[in-house]
Amino acid sequence: MNGAVFAAVYLRDLRLAWRRRVEAALPVAFFIVAASLFPLGVGPEPQMLRQIAPGVVWVCALLAAMLSMPPLFASDLADGSLEQLLLAPDAALAVAAAKDAAHWTISGAPLVVAAPLLGLLLGLPSEELPVLFVSLILGTPVLSLLGGVGAALTLGLRSAGMLIVLIVLPLAIPALIFGTGAVAAVDAGQSPSGHLSLLGALLIACGLGAPVATGAALRIALE
Amino acid sequence: MIWHDANEFFSMGGHGLYVWGSYGAMALLMAVEPVLVVMRHRAARTAALTQAEVADLEAAEAVERATSGARP
Amino acid sequence: MRDHKPPFTKVPDNHAVTDRPSPSRLTWLTFSAPARFYDLAGTLAPACGLAAALLALAGLWIGFFVAPTDATQGQVYRIIFIHVPVAWMSMLLYVAMAFWAAIGWFLNARMASILARAIAPTGALFTLLALWTGSAWGRPTWGTWWVWDARLTSELILLFLYLGYLALVAAIDDTRRADKAGALLAIVGVVNVPVIYFSVIWWNTLHQSATITFGSAPKMASTMLWAMLLMTLACWAYAFAVIFVRARAIVLEREGANAWARARLAGRHARM
Repeated sequence: MNGAVFAAVYLRDLRLAWRRRVEAALPVAFFIVAASLFPLGVGPEPQMLRQIAPGVVWVCALLAAMLSMPPLFASDLADGSLEQLLLAPDAALAVAAAKDAAHWTISGAPLVVAAPLLGLLLGLPSEELPVLFVSLILGTPVLSLLGGVGAALTLGLRSAGMLIVLIVLPLAIPALIFGTGAVAAVDAGQSPSGHLSLLGALLIACGLGAPVATGAALRIALE
Repeated sequence: MIWHDANEFFSMGGHGLYVWGSYGAMALLMAVEPVLVVMRHRAARTAALTQAEVADLEAAEAVERATSGARP
Repeated sequence: MRDHKPPFTKVPDNHAVTDRPSPSRLTWLTFSAPARFYDLAGTLAPACGLAAALLALAGLWIGFFVAPTDATQGQVYRIIFIHVPVAWMSMLLYVAMAFWAAIGWFLNARMASILARAIAPTGALFTLLALWTGSAWGRPTWGTWWVWDARLTSELILLFLYLGYLALVAAIDDTRRADKAGALLAIVGVVNVPVIYFSVIWWNTLHQSATITFGSAPKMASTMLWAMLLMTLACWAYAFAVIFVRARAIVLEREGANAWARARLAGRHARM
């Protein structure tokens, strides 16, 4: 993988996002608002909220990550810089990986930070918060990686946003299951290590495979 | 014979709705899908034929123009 | 953005393959030429349709008039004779779709891509039927219209995978880009299916407060197995028939302006 391209694209994306701090904060805002809808929808009964809390937090994180995916490549495509970036040999893989990493840094990491707060809002007991935190630290990169594939496949299409959600969510289901399962395990008094290891394995597999697929998708979209 | 009369067959032990609902849905979809697919094929044929006719007309016109242009 | 190819762009024809009357030797690539495939599919489709009807008749006869009543589930278990075949077909067709899409992408074979696109809608329909029949089976046996057991849930996710593929290829106007993007998505999907299935089973065993493992098939008498096998073959033949005709339609949509197509159509048109 072209390290120079990776570093250049990664830093550039961070710089661009810093200039638009408000826009970069939107996914977190969505995350909080969406999760807060659930108590309003299902009622504030603490026992029930506590039960659905891990699932609600995870699903909202998933949706927030997916909804912030379309602009990943779109703005670079619009001003022509994407094609420039892909001129270098072996660039596609580096660009894909860098974009995914930047997306996680900008959109994913804030979700992880906000998650324990949401967990408290939904009445999650404090001993489960660390597990929720760890499960999201492992899970949100998976979402960024999978979302990158979706964003590259739907590059330049009108309904890219909804398409990405439809395409990527089924693929993200294992992460969702293992992530929420870890929290549920702690709730039941068991160790979450099984779930977290599976999630970790998923992260490694995605880390190796997803940028390759994203790079291929970019080439398909641009040829 | 398992069924002693037609009623028994249709009621399926009281679960006729589910059994016949399932088989009915399958029969319906497997009747509709082929019809739609054949319609699609016909439409593609018609479009291709029209395209061919248009191309032929254009080719004939081009030949006309070429030969009439050669005349002094 | 990208050039929209007009529907009937003249694609350079592989004259060497298509103009010879019939090949003296069949090779792997013989039917990769759309013309050859078009003719072959035209002959096979009705034959497969007939086979499907006969197999279905045989299967249904055995299923309803030979197979005995089940001890635990009574008559309602007879849904299994269509539920299991359509579920198998839904999974088989997804793999087939991914396979042909991959061939079309890696080997740049137009016909393979067309085949993949032809398979997708039928696969989605089978998945829908699997869910419908599964739900109809669950209602009398477990009291609810939907049960979140591992197999039904996996079937639902498979439907989402099909819908994602169909939505993606429909959204891309450029044919070749759509084919390749679809192929990538299908490959990613196929690779993920075992992971998804495993995680759903895991999830299901975690939440097994009530023992909701419905669909535990009744002890299968051999007549029941025969009926299921015949129905599976019937569904397979049906799928072939429908997919062949759809593939023919797509071939015409894409290559209708080419010489061989006009020859075929002119011949039939004159006869009409």
